[in-house]
Amino acid sequence: MGNRITIDPITRIEGHLRIEVEVSGGKVVNAWSSGQMFRGIELILQGRDPRDAPLFTQRSCGVCTQTHYLASVRAVEDAVRVTIPDNARIIRNLMSAAQFQHDHIVHFYHLHALDWVDVVSALKADPKATASLSDSVSNASMGGAAYFKSVQQRLKTFVDSGQLGPFANAYWGHPAYKLPPEANLMAAAHYVEALRIQARAARLHAIFGAKNPHLQSFVVGGVTCVADLTPDRIAEFLYIWKETQSFIENVYIPDVVAVASFYKDWGAIGGTTNFLAWGDLPETGKEPESLFMPRGVIKKRDLAGVAMPQQEKVTEHVKRSWYVDGEPKHPYKGETKPLQENPTYKPDDGKYSWLKAPRYDNEPCEVGPLARVLVAYAKGHAMIKPLVDQTCQKLGIPVTALFSTLGRTAARALETLAIGKAMEGWIMQLVENVKGGNTKTYQSWDWPKGEAMGVGLNDVARGSLGHWISIENKKIKNYQYVVPSTWNLGPRCGNNKMGPVEEALIGTPVADPKQPLEVLRTVHSFDPCIACGVHVIDPDSNQVYKIKAL
Amino acid sequence: MDKEQRKFYERLEGKGVSRRDFMRYCTFLTATVGLSAAYVPKVAEVFAAPTQRPPVIWLHFAECTGCSEAVLRSTYPYIDDLVLEVLSLEYHETVMAAAGQQAEDQLHAAVKKYEGKYICVVEGAIATKFNGGYGKIAGRTFLEVGKEICPKAAAVICLGACSSFGGIQAAKPNPGGYKGVGEALGIKTVNIPGCPPNPVNFVGTVVNYLLLGKLPVLDNLGRPLFAYGKTIHDQCPRRSHFENEEFVTEFGSPEAAMGYCLYKMGCRGPETFNNCPIAKFNDGTSFPIEAGHPCIGCSEPDFWDKMTPFFKEM
Repeated sequence: MGNRITIDPITRIEGHLRIEVEVSGGKVVNAWSSGQMFRGIELILQGRDPRDAPLFTQRSCGVCTQTHYLASVRAVEDAVRVTIPDNARIIRNLMSAAQFQHDHIVHFYHLHALDWVDVVSALKADPKATASLSDSVSNASMGGAAYFKSVQQRLKTFVDSGQLGPFANAYWGHPAYKLPPEANLMAAAHYVEALRIQARAARLHAIFGAKNPHLQSFVVGGVTCVADLTPDRIAEFLYIWKETQSFIENVYIPDVVAVASFYKDWGAIGGTTNFLAWGDLPETGKEPESLFMPRGVIKKRDLAGVAMPQQEKVTEHVKRSWYVDGEPKHPYKGETKPLQENPTYKPDDGKYSWLKAPRYDNEPCEVGPLARVLVAYAKGHAMIKPLVDQTCQKLGIPVTALFSTLGRTAARALETLAIGKAMEGWIMQLVENVKGGNTKTYQSWDWPKGEAMGVGLNDVARGSLGHWISIENKKIKNYQYVVPSTWNLGPRCGNNKMGPVEEALIGTPVADPKQPLEVLRTVHSFDPCIACGVHVIDPDSNQVYKIKAL
Repeated sequence: MDKEQRKFYERLEGKGVSRRDFMRYCTFLTATVGLSAAYVPKVAEVFAAPTQRPPVIWLHFAECTGCSEAVLRSTYPYIDDLVLEVLSLEYHETVMAAAGQQAEDQLHAAVKKYEGKYICVVEGAIATKFNGGYGKIAGRTFLEVGKEICPKAAAVICLGACSSFGGIQAAKPNPGGYKGVGEALGIKTVNIPGCPPNPVNFVGTVVNYLLLGKLPVLDNLGRPLFAYGKTIHDQCPRRSHFENEEFVTEFGSPEAAMGYCLYKMGCRGPETFNNCPIAKFNDGTSFPIEAGHPCIGCSEPDFWDKMTPFFKEM
């Protein structure tokens, strides 16, 4: 048996995650992923007004702040059978796309980059050489020797102060860092630039959504921001979109390619087997046909065999999770109860996580940027396919290298570019509608009689997201969501099959067990969001639960 | 103006922010925290030339990270200035490079080095049922972590509805027995509620502390009066429509397009204390009522139970 290493807390993620790996012969041979917190939002939703559900479920996560809001409002709309107006569809798409832009920029620079970029090494860089490097890879508006010199000076002042803040006690100098000092300085400079860009990009949400985080303009039937459909608001949106998209094209993409070129070996590390994408961004009222990011499932890495997934084939397992045992169930029928105790962590043969284990057709599936890009690629997507081919060519790697940690990080950048580009057309559609006198943003609706059920399927920054609701007498009878990080970071299932991140970690090299930097690379490539991932429902036996809870 | 300050202004200008823009922001901030105009240069000083950056230890309990995200959206000062020049962010799980053992070591080293001097910012509620078993970091419950770290701080600032009052996980039936930090630990805290709060109110509180060496004046719920002294309703740009009885009764309607009052749609502005209509969010871009959505009362205690159903007239 090898060495066991526990990393807890996993930082630079959302939520509380513990990763344990067993290392033998310098490589990971076994892995366990454990969610460490339980809040119970689905349980809290029981018996409440279904119109409130989007506001409640939104609070699952303040990072992917718009995603649950949208999935939930779609689930309720499906249940009450209302079709939203065209303008509402466009505005929601713009909000989703802005979320992709924002989330992926922040993920790459602030949550992931420090796994690849040695900030301390940047102090040794030659600013002139950094400027040449930057000029050779990008058309970024910031740059030049003076710029990089001032960034370096700022870093130096910071380090000399002895107060290292977020950079304290990290892995600087670790042998797995491969970038030359100049590339490190370029990336460090863009880390700071990205901090500013993200604050400005978040205004896209505020224009039609009141604020970010936690937008507040979606309601069952449409959106509330009818008074904001004005030329100055739309122009403001267009302006900030341009600035953000320019950063993506001229800074984010070139940085990812530049960094990737030093880490091509990571094109063979960190892969998984099956991929699921619900798809999202409907370009007309027709779904799934009109989804800009298409729906599909890929099994055993067989791109040619990409198929149309059915939400009915989703089940959640709890055998290895801190819930009372039960058969795997579809979300509509889920019947789960959190253990009424301080749970014990038993990775070897018992329960070890608050996350449940979702399975599609009994198989674990990776969801997220890589799954979406693979599905789009397999279906010959007009924008995604050439982007992937060109990037692989530039890096001199085969398309099969996508099944990896490197592929996951690259896919995230490429889809940001494609989705960002598509936004312009949607903004113009909105302009045309308003110009033609169509400012309809809301469709009124009536409560269904008896019991009604609805599902909202989304594909959001971190992957496939589904919300399932059942309504009775204008109240929530049952609510369940299966979220990206539950798919990706969930534990073993009833059949003892590993979750995707556990599988991906197998074979990861670990140079120094005391500084498991390489493990962080693969974990972070999934962009974990754990607060989203943990929640529970007890639809049919609500009474039993209440009695137990007391 | 000393050398450090000059360097600060040079840097600002390098980023396209003129000294005049910066002073305008300081004036705004000074007014927001309720100080007289005489303090404007002093506020500027806090950002321009701190001698030693005050240490901040930022804890995450049961939350969604939306409050950290909100502070990331601060535009004056931008977050990089806040983190690199104004404060010393010793521990913050969402942004720190170190993980696992290295992160734990960093936390304990910072607590030891700055005991009694650090500002502890808390985001998220604390589980109390089952000995706090529903929430853990590095094998210890939030309750244990909070008991160790919070009392050793110079001040504990609860950022957001969850750490202030328990938040969404404390809504009925509150499966984990979640509580706000003050209640769970039995300590006095400064509460900056909201879901999420406006970063300007966080920055304002910190500036007040750095400038005057003390916390701002608080209401009986621990909220700084400069931000939470008046109701949304009393500051609402749609107030005249309320007085004229001009109400929205359906979303997307002509009345909604004209920006009429949202009272009948369930707006909780009349019983919610916050400065949203004045400060607005994301660099003054908007706030919920401006986007046509009723206020949900997110800066009030237990709003998930007391203010719901949200779309029902008060």
